[in-house]
Amino acid sequence: MKISTLKSASKLSLLALTLVITAMLLVGCGDGEKKEQAEDAAPAADKIVLKLAMDADPVSLDPQVQLSGGMLQYSHTVFDPLVRWTKTGGFEPRLAESWEVISDTVTRFHLRKGVKFHSGNPFTAQDVVFTLNRFKQSDDFKGLFNAFGDAVAVDDHTVDLVTNEPYGLVMAMATYIFPMDKAFYSGTDPKNDKPKDLILKTDYTFANYNESGTGAFTVTDREQGVKIVFTRFADYWDANTGNVDEIVLTPIGEAPTRVAALLSGDVDFIMPVPPNDLERIGSTDGLNLVTMSGGRIITFQLNLKRLEQFANPKVRQAMAYAYDNNGVVAKVMKGFATAGAQNSPKGYQGHNPALQPRFDLEKAKALMAEAGYAEGFACTMIAPNNRYVNDEKIAQAFVAMMSKIGITISLKTMPKAQYWDQFDAQAADIQMIGWHSDTEDSANFFEYLNMCPNKDTGKGQYNSGNYCNPEVDQLTMDSNKETNVEKRAAMLQKVEQILFDDAAFIPLHWQNLSWASKDNMNTEDIVNVMNFPYFGNLVIK
Amino acid sequence: MFAFTIKRIAQAILVMLIISMIGFSIKSAFGDPVRELVGERVTPAERNKIREKLGLNDPFMVQYGRFLGNAMHGDLGRSFFFKKPVTEVIASKAPATIELVLCASLIVILLSVPLGIYSAIHPNRLFSRIIMGASIVGVSMPVFLTAILLIYFFSVELHWLPSFGRGETVRIFGSWDTGFLTVDGLKHLVMPSIALSSIMLPLFIRLIRSEMMEVLESEYVKYAWAKGLKPRRVWWVHAFKNTLLPVITVGGVQLGIMVAFTILTETVFQWNGMGSMFIESVERADTALMVSYIVVVGFIFVVVNTLVDLIYGLVNPTIRVAGRQ
Repeated sequence: MKISTLKSASKLSLLALTLVITAMLLVGCGDGEKKEQAEDAAPAADKIVLKLAMDADPVSLDPQVQLSGGMLQYSHTVFDPLVRWTKTGGFEPRLAESWEVISDTVTRFHLRKGVKFHSGNPFTAQDVVFTLNRFKQSDDFKGLFNAFGDAVAVDDHTVDLVTNEPYGLVMAMATYIFPMDKAFYSGTDPKNDKPKDLILKTDYTFANYNESGTGAFTVTDREQGVKIVFTRFADYWDANTGNVDEIVLTPIGEAPTRVAALLSGDVDFIMPVPPNDLERIGSTDGLNLVTMSGGRIITFQLNLKRLEQFANPKVRQAMAYAYDNNGVVAKVMKGFATAGAQNSPKGYQGHNPALQPRFDLEKAKALMAEAGYAEGFACTMIAPNNRYVNDEKIAQAFVAMMSKIGITISLKTMPKAQYWDQFDAQAADIQMIGWHSDTEDSANFFEYLNMCPNKDTGKGQYNSGNYCNPEVDQLTMDSNKETNVEKRAAMLQKVEQILFDDAAFIPLHWQNLSWASKDNMNTEDIVNVMNFPYFGNLVIK
Repeated sequence: MFAFTIKRIAQAILVMLIISMIGFSIKSAFGDPVRELVGERVTPAERNKIREKLGLNDPFMVQYGRFLGNAMHGDLGRSFFFKKPVTEVIASKAPATIELVLCASLIVILLSVPLGIYSAIHPNRLFSRIIMGASIVGVSMPVFLTAILLIYFFSVELHWLPSFGRGETVRIFGSWDTGFLTVDGLKHLVMPSIALSSIMLPLFIRLIRSEMMEVLESEYVKYAWAKGLKPRRVWWVHAFKNTLLPVITVGGVQLGIMVAFTILTETVFQWNGMGSMFIESVERADTALMVSYIVVVGFIFVVVNTLVDLIYGLVNPTIRVAGRQ
């Protein structure tokens, strides 16, 4: 054809065109580069910046708008609690320097003097009273603070927390009290003509967009879902803290991208770390991986009301015997969890060391035969697929294990946004739920997961198995009033024993917690089992 | 021209009405937005109170009617998560997506035209074979994988390019955050643009190549050769111009598809544009934002296709779009 005779002139022009385009692109970049470096060179001198990537950023600046891990992590950065948990499960004085039990229902807190809010206002007992009152306006927190009456300011730096009846968890609840600046949050906001202390989840409020806490950091820049910048508060009361001047938090929802950001050095600290990448991060030079057994128990609830077979304790026990907790932890969770046979993790008062995973397939088969179901039966199950670590895979493993004792399960998994409605509607015979105790105490598990469901008292709100045992209810309620630690522990451990013997539900494991950072900082010191890293104490070398 | 415009506007409104209706009718399948707003401990009664306050308990037609009524006034509702009007949220996220799509389109256009023409003119050369082979790989590799591979290769292993985000941006025209004016911003653009263009580029190379080869075989091109015209004139003026027609048609449709692919690309690169916003709004059951995104993208589709029809007429005056007299 003619085409083949065409000469190199045109070929050259084509090449030239490509070259010109490439050159243009390069020149364009080069130009920008020069400008930028000139502008950028000046600042940055000695400022220590922590680039932090998490799976999500705080939904609001108002610490009382949502009770969630993310908001509590935010609260520990920008606010200070009265007391906070230490790594060993004790209480460390923060805004309260000391405390004493005055009577069965009154605990007195002596507040730290000379503490300033970010607005410059001094911190006094009135702020604590204000904060506690505001909790009662919050849909999320009011349930937690049911047991409390109004706080009483004795003088400027002394405040009494009063409970309606004797209550064993006053100190645990004090970790939730992050005093807010009363003067700052009082009055009317001209922007929307509403009170500044209004709590609203879906709309603009003063508190959603402004903060004045006592914490180590103030919020200086925020674009929701993109980044939030915390700058060290110059007048912070605690001189004995870390050295980070600025934290830039970027939410990175995709786990592989979050890991890549750390590996490439674009960020300094990530949480959580996906289980698949633990080995890789652990073996990378210059990175530090910290993991810890956590307090979130993952369970399957067997609905006694929906399926008559589950009403038979032998069937439930058979299922508990047929489930290989350790196998799933090793294979599915890659060792990134602690196999468990009860709600309470180690360290909780209710943790009963005698209760261990009981995998025994022969025993399980025998129990099924005893119950009259040697042939097995069929049932349904639902589980979320983006709520807990490997939730879908765990559910599939469970289905496979139950098939060995003749129980045929049809499993449906779905995203969490759709899951909880199905969970509430008790749409299946077996439902998955994980739980972390709000109070770092065993009774919280029982109240929500194991007590008889009761719409009036709100107990058993997440007990979709409908397991109901008056003894469990009685012991749990009594334990809340018991202030003697040993007696209380005995009660709580007894509850765990009853639940275990009855196989009230199938406990799987406690999820591990994980953080990864560059190795030039004291990551181990600031993380804890509650997963509230105390960034105020972070030291970068 | 006037009648054509009116017709197109009417079409656009109809399309958006249908899209919003579909979006609205399936929104309950995405779950309860109140669930995402409250902590897990809030009782069902409390949740129901919030739903009542937000009007989420009303029947479908009442909710949809209210949405339409407000939409007439340019109010598409409020995002529960961002606590802002959705129009504001989308406006703040749109620049990121537009810049990304623009860059990816540039890559596609600047590379597909020369490569497509080259491989049509010299179908048997080694370089053409390499282009064709590579384009097969490109077409068959999912964007998600391309993106992850790029990140691992250029960020994690080589440390050449940043792994996520838009980097440093500069605000222009009051509300437009652009990444074009800083080196950091441009560096951040490289990998997402390549990933996004990786689907379209091979497709366009192949399209241009096959169209061009066909045109080169046609009688009038043979005649042009016979007249002794210079090769450059034959290729660019006679052949290429006629190659463009189907390319533009497909391009219009593909631009819309490219917007859809931003959802994946933006999610992987934590690129804060409309695509990742949409996925997150689905996860959070933030229904107002979800429906509005669908409506806005529907609008973009209509606008782009209208423009394509107009350009079509410019390239080939013999073709007259129906209704455009």
